[in-house]
Amino acid sequence: MIKEKYYISDYCAIRDKKVFKNGDELYIDSESDNLKDFAKGVYKFLELKYPKFHKMDELCKLGFLASEVLFRDREKIDQDTALVLSNRSSSLDTDRKHQTSIMDREDFYPSPAVFVYTLPNIIMGEISIRNKMKSENAFFVTESFDADFMSKYSEILMNTGKASDVICGWVDLDNDKYDVFLAFLSKKGKKELTKEELNNLYNQ
Amino acid sequence: MKKVYLVADNIISPLGFSTEENIENLRLNQTGIKKVDDDYIWSEPFFGAVINNDKLSTAWKIVSNDSGYTKLEKMMLLSVSKLLSENSSLDINKCGVVISTTKGNINNLRGHSDEKAYLASISKTIQHYFKLDHTPVILSNACISGGLALAIGKRMIQSEIFEDVVVIGGDLLSEFTLSGFFSFQAVSTAPCKPFCKNRTGISLGEAAASAWLSSNKENVTEEAISISGDASANDANHISGPSRTGEGLYISIKRALKEAGVKSNQIDYITAHGTATPYNDEMEAIAFNRAGMQSVPINSLKGYYGHTLGASALIESIIARHCLINNELFASLGFEELGVSESINVIAKNHKKELTRVLKTASGFGGCNVALVIEKEVL
Repeated sequence: MIKEKYYISDYCAIRDKKVFKNGDELYIDSESDNLKDFAKGVYKFLELKYPKFHKMDELCKLGFLASEVLFRDREKIDQDTALVLSNRSSSLDTDRKHQTSIMDREDFYPSPAVFVYTLPNIIMGEISIRNKMKSENAFFVTESFDADFMSKYSEILMNTGKASDVICGWVDLDNDKYDVFLAFLSKKGKKELTKEELNNLYNQ
Repeated sequence: MKKVYLVADNIISPLGFSTEENIENLRLNQTGIKKVDDDYIWSEPFFGAVINNDKLSTAWKIVSNDSGYTKLEKMMLLSVSKLLSENSSLDINKCGVVISTTKGNINNLRGHSDEKAYLASISKTIQHYFKLDHTPVILSNACISGGLALAIGKRMIQSEIFEDVVVIGGDLLSEFTLSGFFSFQAVSTAPCKPFCKNRTGISLGEAAASAWLSSNKENVTEEAISISGDASANDANHISGPSRTGEGLYISIKRALKEAGVKSNQIDYITAHGTATPYNDEMEAIAFNRAGMQSVPINSLKGYYGHTLGASALIESIIARHCLINNELFASLGFEELGVSESINVIAKNHKKELTRVLKTASGFGGCNVALVIEKEVL
C-alpha cells in the first residue's frame, strides 16, 4: 500500500447565517429568520441554476451549498472523488417531519418526497448527481466531529486507490441549529492533512 | 496487502437466534415472513418478518436482568454477547467496532423524549454494555450499510488501525419505514418474490447480526474465508430510483473483482440485493449482465428475511460465508419465473455445489452500491 502525504486544499463552513471559504467570509445574511430563507439566499448569491435544489430537504441543501462553495473556481471534479460525511443528528430533522405525518392514524399522510430524505446519505447522492461523481460514499454518525477517524478513513481511501480525492466533513442539522464543514483532501495543497489541522480548521 | 478473514458470526432474526438455526431454516426453505397483525406497527395486517417479542425477552433474560433496553438494543446486544461467548479469544475491547444501522431506535420518535432516536445513542449503549474504552463508529448509508460496514472493517484492518474489527448491524421493522415504503407503493401484498415475474414489491424485516473480522489466521477455526475485494460506487443518477444501466453497481463489481484479482467467470455464486421491487431487480440483472455474470447462480435472501435494511447485507454476507464452508446453495425463495429483461441464473432449488468465491452486492437510496468478493482459501 502506498502511503503518501495528503493535503487539505480547500475548506468551507456554513454557520450562524454565514458562509466561509478557506477561512474567509464569503456571505453574510442578516435578514432571513429561518434556515429555508437563508439557504435560498446562499443559492442566489452563488448564482446557481439547479431546480432540483428546491426539492431537497434542509439538511441536503446545507451539504449541497457547502459542496458548491468548495468546488467554486475548480475546473473539474474527478469522478473518483469520494464523499465521507458525518454528523450527530443523522436525518432527524426530516425524520420528525415524516413522524408527524404518521402520528395520527386518522390523519395519515406520509409522502415519498419526504421519506426519501430520512436517510443522511442522501446528501451524498445529491452532490454525486450534481457533479457526476461515481465514487465511494460513506456516512458516519458520531457524537461530535471526529477529525481523527475522518482523516484516517479518508487516507485509507486514497492510499488504497479507491479514491483520487476526498470530500470529508460534517453536515449537521437539529432543531434549526446547523453546523457544516467540508474539506477537500488531495495530493496537492499547502496545509498538510493531519487530525490536528483538520480539527483546527473545523474549529475556526 | 493483509488478508482479512471473516472468522465468526451471529444472526438474530425471525429464523433463529444463532447462525446455525438460521442456516437450518434456510435448508428447510422456511421463511420468516408472515402475515403480521400488530397494531403497534401497522393498523392493518401486512406481510413482514418480525422478531417475536416474547421469544426475544426470554433470550434476553439469559444474558441480562436489565429490561431498560429497546427492542433493537436487545437484539444487537444479544447478537454481540453470543458472538463473544462463543469465541473466548475475541477481546472486543481491542477491536475496532463498526455499527451499521439506517434508522436505529426510530420507534423512540413516537415518545416525548427522543434521546434514543439519535443514532449515536446506540454506540453509547454498546460501549457501556461491553465496557469499551472507545466509542464505536456508526455507519448509516441506507440499504448498503451492512455490506459497506464490512468493507470499512476490512479497510481499517488493512490500514493497520486495528488487527480485529467487530461489525454489528441492526434495524427494526417500524411503522416509520413501513409507512415510507407504502407511500412509495413499494410494499408487496404477499411475501416478496425477488427477480420473479410476479413480484410486486418488498417485504420488510427486522434483524441484528454481528461478525468478527481478523487479519490473524490463528483466529480461524473453520475453513478460512476472507474478503478479498470490496468497492462501492454511487450511480450519480437519482436519489430514490436505481440507475437504469446499473452504473454504480457495475463499477462496484468491476473494482471489487479487480482488487480480488479474479475474473467474473471465477465467481461461483452471487448473493444479490434482490429487494423484489421491479426497478431494483431489473437494474441488478443489467449490471450482472454487463459484468458478464449472467450464468452465475444467483439468489436473494429477501424471501426469507424480508428487507432488514442496515442488517441485510451483513446477514447475507454471513450466510455467504457458511455457503462457502458447507458448499451449498439455497433456493431464491419466492422465485417462480424470470421477471427481468436480461437473463440471470436464479437458484430454484437448494443444492450442494463446490464453492470457492462469492460475490455479495447491495444497492440503496441515494444511488449507493457496494460489492464484496468473499472467498475460501483453496488448500
